[in-house]
This record gives sequence, structure tokens and C-alpha cells, in this order.
Amino acid sequence: MTVIKKDVVIIGGGSAGLAAAVQLRKKGISDIVILEREKQLGGILRQCIHDGFGLARFKEALSGPEYSQRFIDEVEKLGIETITDATVIDITSEKKVIAASKSGLLEYEAKAVVLTMGCRERTRGAISIPGTRPSGVYNAGVAQAYINLHNTMVGKEVIILGSGDIGMIMARRMTLEGAKVKAVFEIQPYPSGLPRNIEQCLNDYNIPLYLSHTITKIKGHSRLEGITVSKVDENFRPIPGTEKDYACDTLILSVGLIPENELSLSAGVELDNRTKGAIVDENYQTNVEGIFAAGNVLQVHDLVDFVSIEAEALSESVADYVNKGKLSECCINITTDSNINHTIPQKISGAKDFKLSMRVRKPFKNCEIHVIQNDEVIKTVKLKKAIPAEMIQIKLEGAKFKSPDDIKVVVR
Amino acid sequence: MKQTYDVLIVGSGVVGSAIAREFSRYKLKIGVLEKELDVCCETSGRNSGVLHAGFTYKTGSLRAQCAVEGNAEFEKVSEELDVPFKRTGKLVIGFTDKDMESLLKYKALGEANGVKGLEIIDKKRLQELDSSAGGEFAMLAPSSGILNPFTYTVALAENAKQNGVNFYFNNEVIDIKRENGIYKVKTVKDTYETRWVVNSAGLNSVVISNMLGIDGYTLGGFKGEYFLLDKKAGKHISMPVYPAPDEKGGFATHATPTVDGNVLIGPSSEFIEDFEDYGVTQPVLDDLIKDGMKMFKPFKKEDIIRSFSGIRPKLIVKGTRQTLDFVIERRNEVPNVINLVGIESPGLTGALPIARRTVALFKEKEELIPNEKFNPRRKGILNFSEQSNEVKKELIEKDSNYGEIICRCECITKGEILEAVHNCLGVETVTGIKNRTRVTMGRCQGGYCETRITEIINEEKNKNKEDVMYSRVGSYMFEGKVRD
Repeated sequence: MTVIKKDVVIIGGGSAGLAAAVQLRKKGISDIVILEREKQLGGILRQCIHDGFGLARFKEALSGPEYSQRFIDEVEKLGIETITDATVIDITSEKKVIAASKSGLLEYEAKAVVLTMGCRERTRGAISIPGTRPSGVYNAGVAQAYINLHNTMVGKEVIILGSGDIGMIMARRMTLEGAKVKAVFEIQPYPSGLPRNIEQCLNDYNIPLYLSHTITKIKGHSRLEGITVSKVDENFRPIPGTEKDYACDTLILSVGLIPENELSLSAGVELDNRTKGAIVDENYQTNVEGIFAAGNVLQVHDLVDFVSIEAEALSESVADYVNKGKLSECCINITTDSNINHTIPQKISGAKDFKLSMRVRKPFKNCEIHVIQNDEVIKTVKLKKAIPAEMIQIKLEGAKFKSPDDIKVVVR
Repeated sequence: MKQTYDVLIVGSGVVGSAIAREFSRYKLKIGVLEKELDVCCETSGRNSGVLHAGFTYKTGSLRAQCAVEGNAEFEKVSEELDVPFKRTGKLVIGFTDKDMESLLKYKALGEANGVKGLEIIDKKRLQELDSSAGGEFAMLAPSSGILNPFTYTVALAENAKQNGVNFYFNNEVIDIKRENGIYKVKTVKDTYETRWVVNSAGLNSVVISNMLGIDGYTLGGFKGEYFLLDKKAGKHISMPVYPAPDEKGGFATHATPTVDGNVLIGPSSEFIEDFEDYGVTQPVLDDLIKDGMKMFKPFKKEDIIRSFSGIRPKLIVKGTRQTLDFVIERRNEVPNVINLVGIESPGLTGALPIARRTVALFKEKEELIPNEKFNPRRKGILNFSEQSNEVKKELIEKDSNYGEIICRCECITKGEILEAVHNCLGVETVTGIKNRTRVTMGRCQGGYCETRITEIINEEKNKNKEDVMYSRVGSYMFEGKVRD
């Protein structure tokens, strides 16, 4: 096999991959290629035909395809090489990348590999919902692909489990296409999607949202016939006696997203058990030198604007890495209290300014986020509210962290 | 003019499919009636996928004979039918003195049954053989193995089909009458005529037996629930790990690697009345986690990718629920019928020995003329992901469909899916394609590839959207188009 040498191989042509490529090219790195497994570039946004993308970045409410098209146009204008219909099947720690495509097996050797594979949906199997296995149980993203890309209607009488954003968007979408969406059930005592989606997708269509409820049985031998829901206690255990039956032919699951890191693991990339994405430093570099990650493969984002901005920040470091061959060591670890689920990055050098992304574990009102090192509060951010559905980002100056000791981020 | 079959087989589980294949060695017109849309939809496809050694069954019983015989020949079978199989051995682990007593008892029983190589081993050896296993000591059964029950049943059925057997799916038998020496077997679709009927209807074997005029059997349904774990967990385990059997010879929850690299945790065991109730239940799943950890120490909840259940039709004494041996019978007062009742574990291991015994009963009444054209060999679907890069390259050069990965988790190409969609049995359900290729079996459970698979079925089979079936009769997936 002929090995193709590249400065940078980008895996995945969704929002993160496209934004990373454009920014790299602008930084003068031109020997790059995007490998995309689908027939078109654009990633998951291709099926997100609703609007609301780009509010933070472009101050416009774009549809998903419109948003990704802005980046695709730039990629084309800049003459960046893209290969679609090419699925990467292996990455090694030596930064060899193998992809299968209709024209043959492609083998690359890269100075830097950029991981932008996005995420996948958590499935019914992963959360072990009791009951039978009829047809009519769909992940929200799969139902969305059927309806928006394949002109295929998946059902008529619908129940939705999980108040994730895609689930709520599908509640509205299916209602608009004539289905009856009976209810959305959420196991947490608070919604897991964005407030605006609760307003625009549920309240506007009189679709009830039941918090602290979960499905305790799926019924039907061939096609789904109905479900049983129960209230849950504070430990998420169903409360006996609260069962209620609903007839439905379709169950849509929106129960979480998991960064898609199987290829990263094959390259020896270490994952963070909290994010299920790579452990990265302020340069978005993983533990494997020269392998970088950004976007939903790194941490599940709430807004695509944060995905593309994160990928652009990654490109600054990748360009540095390609030019200099080495980036500064990052030995200062960032830890959290139990109110914060995780941070990105997980470690820094102290030599560079950086943006700290995080999510809280439960809702807070009028709280303060403190960034502490050696008992000294380096930064305080006051927030009117902090909810798990929304990512929090704080800009920090690297020079403020003078010692190599751990940084701690807490909610007060 | 309708053809009259020599033999009609009711049920295409692993046993029905094996019987079809064994009969196709002779010049006979053979048909198989199946109520579902594919082979292997019930008990045959819902088990641990273990090739049993035969050390828990009463000496001389059909169970013991068929297990030991089926176990011994499986290298040859897997080679002929091109199905994956690993002779891994099995560990039966113990913690207490009572467990040791049980192991010694079953070691002696196994030896009496002709099981070779049984050995009691200490903790050190146990840990060397499989570091994931719990237990203070174990019995090692080197002849046990693992196989994929779907691909094995499909292979038997396809080989039968290639040797002239007709398969009729979506044909649940609702009535059987005999007129002028010919059985008229009425199904939900049609009526089929045949000289002989073989009942291998598994969970429905008593229903069919009663239709044939053989009464008096009672089946007890024993449901077992399972967890399937990601291939990540599969790296830790080298062979099935079972707990020491209880007094009745029954095994509780065990951990089993699959030939494809996953891990199964289960089954539970629960007596049930409804033979269609495959639902899994919260209390049982909770117990599986607890019991599974004792067998498979690296068990992590986040590795769970699916749960499912199977139901074993045990022939029992009404009232006491005492389990009886397999029935494989021919009765003079019910002519030209071979009746199989209560076939469950070790039915997967013993399918071909059971089939040979079935054919032998036929032979007692009629001469069998060998079919010179019979070919015992059948080729499976080539697995792209297991090939070297050089072979992968050649495959794509020959057929560009091998360059299109449809299922990312399991790395399954369009080339493999097309082969499965055009299978010789004519099966076109999503589950049918899944069981032939492993598409949708990975961690995303079809999140990425299911839309593509249904599209390929639509295109290749020229189907309307509403006619695509997920697995069972009536399991439609779509309402139709969003817009015309």
C-alpha cells in the first residue's frame, strides 16, 4: 500500500472537523485532509433541519445544513482536500491512519491527527429498560434521520423518554408531521435539554413533560404496543404503586450522548471516565503526542457554536505543533468538587491563556464558580443560574497559576 | 397440482434445521414450515452459545448421548458449514466445601457419560487459565466450546436449502389432518400435503404434538435473562465460567465469551406460563449484576449493550415440575409422525445427533435412497474486518462494495450486507441481516447503520417502506413516507 504523508489528518467532516480544517489553512498549514465516512460533509447537522444554530457566533438563527454549509463553502474556497465515503478503521499511536473507501484502502502517515468524530446516542440496551424488544423503539437521532433524510415516518402514537434536546426537537417534528406525541418523561428532577427547547418544542405544542419519571416496562411482541411509566425516588428507583400505562406504537429515546472514541482507544488515547472523551491539555492534545481532539468527541456540547470555536482553538495548537514539533509540557492538573461534573482541559502548562469548559451536576441559582490554587481564589465568576444542560466557559490567564500544584474548580 | 412432500418439518430452530439437513442426504421431497420470518427466532437463538461437554446429564439419557456425540464432532461440522467455533474449555468454579462436593459428583457423572479430560484445579491454575474468573477452585472441562447459535442454525438451514429443502416462513401451523395416508398441514398462509410430519416446534412442540394426536405431554417454560457486554469486556475472558451446579444439576448465572468477542452474563431461571413473554425484568437484571460479578470480576455496568431473554421448553411432570429427558419418538398408532418434545439444552450441541436419531426412526419404516448430489459443505459470508490489510485491499479492488463500511462499530461492509440480503433462504428482516453479519450488534446498536440497512433492503428487494420488518411477523418499522 502506498503511504500518503500529510501534515494533518482530520477524522470526521462535521462541524468540528470543518472548522478545524479552515482554521489550520488560515494558519498556513495546507497539507491537510478531512476524512468523512458519509457521502457528504456536514456531520449530524445535515439532519438537523430546525433552526437556532449560530445564534452565539453569527447572531443568526440558521438551520443545521445552513450552518455547516458556511464551513463547507470555506473549505472549498480554500481548496482543502476532503475525502467522503471513507471510513477510518484504524489509527495507531504512530499517527498512521487507515481508511476504507470504494476506491481502495487508504493509508496515511500524519504529523498530527485531529479527532473530530462526534458522539453517538446512548441506547435502550445501555440503560437496560425492562420489557420486550418489539419494533418501534427508536433513538431520537435515528428517528430524525429517517424523517429528515430518508422521507420515512416511524410512527403515529409517540412517547419520548429523556428530555435531551434531540428528543424535544423530535417531539415537535413528529407533531408537525401529524403524529400524536403523548408525553415526555425525564428521570432527573430537572430537564436535561435547553430551556428554549422546552418552550418552543413542548410548551408551544401542549406536550407534557413529566420530571422524576421513567419507563419501567416496554410492551409488545411484534410492534410496540405500550409502555408503563413510574415515578422515581431521589435514587432513581421506581416507586411501587405509581405505575401508569400508555398505549403507543413508537418510543423515542433521548437519554444521553457518548463521545465516539473507539478509534481514539485504538491509538492509545486515554479517556476521562466523566466525559467519555479524551483527557486533554490546554492545547487539546491527548496523552498521545500529536493526537488532538475537539468537539463532541471530546465532550458533549450544548451548542454547535462552542464546537466550532473549540475546534478553531485546537487548530492554533496543531499549527504550532506542526511548525515546532513540540508543545509546552502541561503538568498542572485541574480538579473539581462534586458539584462540577468535569472540566476541559484537564491539565495546563501555566504558560498560556485558556478557556475552561465545564458542566455542573445539578441546577444552582445565584452561585459563584471559584477557580482555586493553593487556597488562593484566582478567579470568581458569578452566575444567576447554572444548569447541567448548559456548558459554562471561563477565560483564564495562564500566568496567574504560578505553582505546579493542582487547580481546583468549585461551585459556591 | 400441488406437490406432496415426503417429509414436512414443523419448526426451523437449530434442531428443525439440522433435521432438514440430515434428511436432505436422501432422495426425498422435504419442506420446513416456520411461523416466524427467519430460522432461529426462539430458544435456538436465545441462549449462551455454548457447546456442552455433557457432564450434568443422567448417564444413558438422550441429553447425555446427544451432547457427548455432538461435542465430539463439532470441528468437522464447523469446517463443513463454515461457522466460527472455538473449543475454549469451560471452568465450573466453586467457593465452598459443598461446591467441591458438587464438582466431584459431576466430574464422576461426566466420566460415566464419556466426557474426557475433566480435572479439578486449584485457584492458581484457575487464575492462570482465566484471570477474570471468580472462585477458589474449579473443574476444568476442556472439551466445552463456544459457537454462534445464529450462524450455526442459518448454516444448517442454508445447507439444507442448497440440497433441495424448501423453507416456508410466516407459516404458523394451525391444523393437521390425515386423509388417505396423506397429512394436510394447514398454516395461516396455505395448506401443505405430506406423507410424513416431523414435529420440532420447540416451545410449541406440545401444541403440534396434540394436533398430531399425541397427547399427555406438559412443557414448563424456564425463562432466562441475559446481559450482553461490549467487546471491551471480552478481552478479559478466555472461556465460559459457570458456578458449581445446584442439586438438580442446574447452573445459575454464568459468564460466557461469545465467538465474536462479547461477553454474556446470565441466564437467570424462572418458571413462566406465557411462552411468548420475552420481557426482561428489573429485579432479575439487578440480580444478574450481583451474580455476574462473582463469575466475571471485571463486570462493569457501562459495558452493558443489551439485555434479552430466552425460554427453554422443558418436558416436565405436571405438578412436581420434575424435568424429563428429551422425547424423540415414532408411535405405531400415529403413523408417519416423528415427534420431538422437550428439546432444550443441550439441543444446540446435540442438534445433529438428534437429527440423526430422527432420520433413523424414519428408516425403521421406509428405505432411504442416498442423494448422490448431497453436498455437506456450505460457505458463510466473508468477514471483512478479520482480514489482513492486503486481503481487504484485494476485496475492495474486486468489489467496491467492500470499501463501503455500513456498520462502524462492527466494521461491516456493504459487500457483506448485500450477501446477507440475498441469502438463499430469502430472509429479509433487519434482524435476519443482523444475525448473518453482526450489523447493529455493536455498542451503538444500529444508531449509525440502521437507516442504511433498511434502505439497502428497500432497494435490493424493491419493497415499500411499510413492508420492511424488524424481526417478527407484524414487526413493521415504518408508517410509510413522510411525504409522497
